[in-house]
Amino acid sequence: MCGMTITEKILARASNRERVSAGDVVFANVDKVMVHDVSGPGVMMVLRELERRGKKIERVWDPDRVWIAEDHFVPAVDKISAENIMTLERMSERFGIKKHFRYGMGQYGICHTLSHEEAMVLPGEVYVGGDSHTNTTGALGCFATGMGHTDIAYVLIHGRIWFRVPETLLFKLEGSIPPYIMAKDIILKIIGDNGTDVANYKAMQFAGSAVRAMPMDERFTLTNMTTEAGAKNGIIEADEKTIEYVRERTDRPFKAIKGDEDAEYEEVFTYEVDRLEPIVAKPHSPSNIAYARELSSVEIDRAYIGSCTGAKYTDLLEAAKIIKGKKSKVRLEVLPASQSIYIKALRDGLLSIFLEAGAVIGPPTCGACCGAHMGVLAKDEVCVSTTNRNFPGRMGHVESKTYLASPKVVAASAVTGRITDPRDV
Amino acid sequence: MIRGKVHKYARDNIDTDVIIPGPYLKIMDHNELAKHAMEGLDRDFVKKVKKGDFILAGRNFGCGSSREHAPIALSYAGISAVLALSFARIFYRNAVDGAYLLPIEIGEDAYNEIEDGDELEIDLDRNEVRNISRQKVYVMKPFPPLIKRIIEAGGLFNYTPE
Repeated sequence: MCGMTITEKILARASNRERVSAGDVVFANVDKVMVHDVSGPGVMMVLRELERRGKKIERVWDPDRVWIAEDHFVPAVDKISAENIMTLERMSERFGIKKHFRYGMGQYGICHTLSHEEAMVLPGEVYVGGDSHTNTTGALGCFATGMGHTDIAYVLIHGRIWFRVPETLLFKLEGSIPPYIMAKDIILKIIGDNGTDVANYKAMQFAGSAVRAMPMDERFTLTNMTTEAGAKNGIIEADEKTIEYVRERTDRPFKAIKGDEDAEYEEVFTYEVDRLEPIVAKPHSPSNIAYARELSSVEIDRAYIGSCTGAKYTDLLEAAKIIKGKKSKVRLEVLPASQSIYIKALRDGLLSIFLEAGAVIGPPTCGACCGAHMGVLAKDEVCVSTTNRNFPGRMGHVESKTYLASPKVVAASAVTGRITDPRDV
Repeated sequence: MIRGKVHKYARDNIDTDVIIPGPYLKIMDHNELAKHAMEGLDRDFVKKVKKGDFILAGRNFGCGSSREHAPIALSYAGISAVLALSFARIFYRNAVDGAYLLPIEIGEDAYNEIEDGDELEIDLDRNEVRNISRQKVYVMKPFPPLIKRIIEAGGLFNYTPE
């Protein structure tokens, strides 16, 4: 009998079993659960319907394990989104949920940034969120996955939910990362090579010397984009960097878990990162990749630096290094992923660099990444963006065009007005 | 046994952004969401669909966001089942756990041979999709045991784990 992967070990622990194997269906206990201003009102609607049918709901299973983010339509975009924020207020009040990150009241931001910045989730835990990019948090070495609001409502009441234990695809990233390459280039390469459903129902695990060398911010880009390969979860075993990152933020106890030496992986993919070139995903799929240099004739109207994938501190820093002292030839938007990133970028002078280049700085929000607000695209507008999806209409008009790229490529492209390899500015 | 007309979209990766575009995520009213179902792909969809109808599509149907608005919009627009070569995982579990519609996995033969507008009958007991218009029968992939039990219970909240 072979050993277990980290994902199997976490799910075995959470379902009180000695062992589980890929394909098993388990009801697992959940350690943490998150809702935001889209999924939270959905959850409350499900609870109202249950009450209408006669079920008494007095409490959630454990209010200390539930946390709330305001990120999609904030600051409130219109009356409906303002009402949704009020629904979140009523939700935290009614159930005694203390961890509610409110915009305009200090630290707040995109849920997939707060999950680790605020140590809402710890290594080894089972974490579910009402958002598909919940996979991001798996870079802490936890099992993190996204669900819809019915499933999240079920977790709020019962503290557990069903999972089919996923097979694991292991991606070994070896070699040293060239200075013009970011994690975004690597994950776009992986999705481009293997397709947007390569990991459907499966876990994507990352390991190897290049992953170990990455700062945590970059690791979160890898796991974030596993959603775009269809993965149930993205995961990276915790190492010293992870432990240090978490310890800087909390003194709560946790147990980091590693997979067994003889764990079984469905498939192992090895990538040598030394010779990678900057990559861009063309409209309208994250798998539709080309080298940035192949697209140097593509003129752009907009450059967007934002989202859970592309507005972490490291993302802003790398973009600022390229833009420093230059002017943007196109409309450039920068939306830091959280209030604390915003403050740090302000103190370190990054925001001045962007402002002097001509950028508009927006508040932390999902914003135009999901076509919600803060710079949605018009018909035929072309945007190069640090976000994670470029489906038709994702960032605005169904005939707008989004090219996904690393913050370095987006910054270089803003400077030239065309899609540009960061080596060429 | 369910019966209806099929609306065929012969393509892979029909994502949640075209099923129900992002700006509508703030809307919680199911009937309001239904008005915008498939808006990113086919603006006439809502006009064409009758209650109980089916969608036929290729691989990875419903990829993208976790928005439950996607199966809700389709269901309230009238769709009772989506037949596809494969489903993205969150769409699949939302469809089943919320009891909005049936996600039915079919094979290449059914995908290629069933045409837009065909009248179908889905028999869950025999795992069959019958094309009434063309007098052909196809095998559908059986639901895994837990999924079948949740469907029979009428959604996750009505299901009692053993």
